[in-house]
Formats: sequence, structure tokens, C-alpha cells
Amino acid sequence: MNSPTSSEPRTTPLSQAHRRLGAKMIDFGGWLMPVNYPSGILEEHKATRTAVGMFDVCHMGEIHFRGPRAAEAVQRLVTNQVGKLFDGRAMYTVACNPTGGIVDDLIVYRVKADHFLIVVNAANIAKDHRHFLDQVGSWCEIRNASDETGLISFQGPKAQAALAPLTRAPLASLKSFHFLTDVEVAGRPAWIARTGYTGEDGFEIFCAVADAEPLWQALLDACAGLGGKPVGLGARDTLRLEARLSLYGNDLNDQTTPLEAGLGWVVKLDAGDFVGRAALLRQHEAGLTRKLAGFVMLGRGIARHGYPIHDPASGAKVGEVTSGTVGPTVGKNIGLGYVPVALARAGSRLLIDCRGKPIEAEVVEGPFYRRS
Amino acid sequence: MSENVPNDLLYTEDHEWARQEGNLVTVGITQFAVEQLGDVTQVELPREGETLKRREVLGTVESVKAVSDVYAPISGKVVKVNSPLHDSPEYVNEEPYDGGWMVQIEISRPDELKELMNAQAYEEFLKEHEG
Repeated sequence: MNSPTSSEPRTTPLSQAHRRLGAKMIDFGGWLMPVNYPSGILEEHKATRTAVGMFDVCHMGEIHFRGPRAAEAVQRLVTNQVGKLFDGRAMYTVACNPTGGIVDDLIVYRVKADHFLIVVNAANIAKDHRHFLDQVGSWCEIRNASDETGLISFQGPKAQAALAPLTRAPLASLKSFHFLTDVEVAGRPAWIARTGYTGEDGFEIFCAVADAEPLWQALLDACAGLGGKPVGLGARDTLRLEARLSLYGNDLNDQTTPLEAGLGWVVKLDAGDFVGRAALLRQHEAGLTRKLAGFVMLGRGIARHGYPIHDPASGAKVGEVTSGTVGPTVGKNIGLGYVPVALARAGSRLLIDCRGKPIEAEVVEGPFYRRS
Repeated sequence: MSENVPNDLLYTEDHEWARQEGNLVTVGITQFAVEQLGDVTQVELPREGETLKRREVLGTVESVKAVSDVYAPISGKVVKVNSPLHDSPEYVNEEPYDGGWMVQIEISRPDELKELMNAQAYEEFLKEHEG
């Protein structure tokens, strides 16, 4: 969250904490982030599925909308129905450009009727902020608080048990996609949201940048006794892909629409006149030509971002893998990619070109992993 | 030499190791390579009987986060492959110089051995190139 001085990657307030833990650090979209800690990606993945994983997501962006027209401004920007939110309720949605392409995928939090928070992807903070200002800058106050806000994600079946001793906030009654403001965690002022990006139950804890490291240490101590671990970007990717959660920059970008991306459930065409609505309505009426398909590899091979996808019938290249990995919990190699709609149906076969070797894959519907 | 770079092996700049025994070399990837890759989840190996030239791709190692080619450190015929790696790729992480070996090659051009680094040279190479 330091300002970039040159091409040096930016660091989060937890950078020193990661080094002390022995993390392997990489430059990820301009941010120096832990890719894994000494126990490795598979162990970190497993810890999150069976106990608790904690993630530094301080690099993510927080943009506040305040004023009597805040709700109207947010609705102009996003495809989901903002009017359904109430104080303390959040929702997943996307912001589109006028042609229906996705500017970013994000979570909108309604703090009060005249105060909304939008959490955006780290790599998109500047782009989103500019887009928001361009579209609705005169409607309400829009403030980018990314540099002063810390965010730690605490995910897994034991997340509530691990977090409970550190806070008096009523965690048990906090439902999914609900959040609490003005609470304390480990004696530090914080907001707690029941959200995440792993397919597990869990929390995301917002705090002041200065409190991020002490809070991280307290959470680390709290989860250690329950088998919890810090988790890097490597396992964050295997966890989110098993849960079939999209990654902006891979599965979503300015050229893909939410309808193509399988995010039709966050597009409410009657929610209001949001940016991109007309284009999405046209696409909805005309029908899709391509869709983001999830697939499991049938042969030995791991699909990776950018690998060509071929139609087994014609041999023609029909798309590219947008995300692919080992699915440690599902025990299969899995991936996502845009393919023609006829090939996007469950049961369709695809050939993934794994560095010259065609490996068969089968299209499946829904998440690869669902928590029990 | 540290235990991460055994004394009795020869090394390439691509982080393969080779253990010479008579006219055979056993080949694997080094501890350093393994640490860079992280958890290995899949290993692709050549067929026994295949002939390889030095620096030709011998196989691939896939970890959760990346895929990496393994190159033949020396020209020759593949006389044996470590087929248990198909089902237990984690041997590469756990014992890269032992159970994680990949192939055995019958040397066709013995003078190529001179082009490989000894342990000391490889350690220096690591220091220079990889910090």
C-alpha cells in the first residue's frame, strides 16, 4: 500500500509478516505477494478446506460512495439489483462498460442508505476508480480508501470457532453476505463480512492499515491451535477454481460479458439503467455464441491459462483455457474456458492442447467443489 | 558442499542432475528446481528405448503452479524410466536425488560429460544466477 516509486512492486502492510513466516514472494499484478509459505500449496489448500486458511488481501481496493444519491450512483455502475440491499447486506456483482464487457467483478456493501462500499480487484483499482468517476462522479462523493484499508480473509469450516475468541461481534448470527461495522477484533476497530473466495464459510475483516499486522498476528495465533495456516496466492487459486469462482484478468475481462461468463444471476436487466444494460439486453435477446465452460480433464494433463481448446469433432480450435489447475480436494485436474455454446453443455467433450498433446476433457456444470 | 547439492553428481544450468555409473547416467532435477516448482503433481517421462540428444526435452514436471521442461543432460538411449512417478509424483519433492530420479540414459557421447558442472561449479552457478 506504499505508493509506487518506480517499477518496484507495491507491498501490503503484511509484507514483513510474510517474510518472517518464510513465504515465497512474487510480483503479482504489481504487488509483492506470498505465493506460498514453507508448507506448500497443497497443505495450505487442505488447511483451508479442513480448518482455517488466512489470506492477506490488503491489496484489494475499497471505494466508498457517500451522499443522498449514493444508491443511485452504485446502481448506475453495477448489473445486480442494489435496491435489494439493506444496511449490513452485501452482494456480488459486476460493473460493465457500455458494450457489456466486464470492467470488474466486485462486492457492493450497503453500510447505510447513503453510504455504500465497493470492494474491487487490486489490479483494477485505478481503472475502476476512473470509471466510477467518469460515470457518476458528480452524483455523490466517491473516495478511494484502498491505501488506508487493510483486509484479511479468514476462511474454512473452523473460521468461526477461531475468530470467536477475538471478538464480541455476534458471529453465529451473521449470515453469508452480511457484514458488521464498528466491531472490534483483537481490540482493534474492524468490520467483519461473511464473505470469501474459497468456497468455504468464512470472514473478511477490514481494518485500518496500521492495525493490519497486529490483527494478522492475533488471527495467526487464534487459528494455529485449530490446524489453521496462512495461505498464499497459489492455494487461493486452487481453492477459488474448485469453487468455480471467476478470476478477473483470466476468466473475466473488458471483452467478456457477464452473460457469457455464466454470471447471468448477477445481471438484473430491470434493476435500472446501468452502464452496459442495452448491450446485455441485445445479447440476451440475440442469444449467446460462446460461454465460459467448466471442464475436468479425462486424460493425464493439467490445463493452464492460454492453452488452446479444440472441438474433437472437427479438430478446429474453438477457444482457450482461461484458468486451469490441479483440484486437490476434488482429485481431478480442472479448468475453465470460453467455447461455442454447443460445446458448453454438460457432457460435451473438448480437447485441451497441453503443449502439443491433445488431452480429452469433459464439460461439467456448476462448481467442481461444494462444501458439505 | 551442502546436502542440497550432492558432491557425487553432475549438473546442468537448467537444474538437472546426472549420476554417472559406467556408461549409464541417472537423471533427475535438483533440490533447487524442486523448491522453485513447489508441489509436483504430474511427471511426464519419455518411453524406454527412445533416443535423446543433449538439451532435448526429456519430459515435463508439473507442479500446482507451473509446468517445466526437463532436458536431457547428455545424448543417448533411454534404458529405464522411473515409472512409479506417474502415480507418485511427490517423490520428486520428497527425495529429488533418490526416489525422484526420472530416467536412466545409456551414454552415446561420453565427451559431453565434460560440459556438465560438478557440485562446486553448480553451487557457484546458483549463487551467481539465482541469488
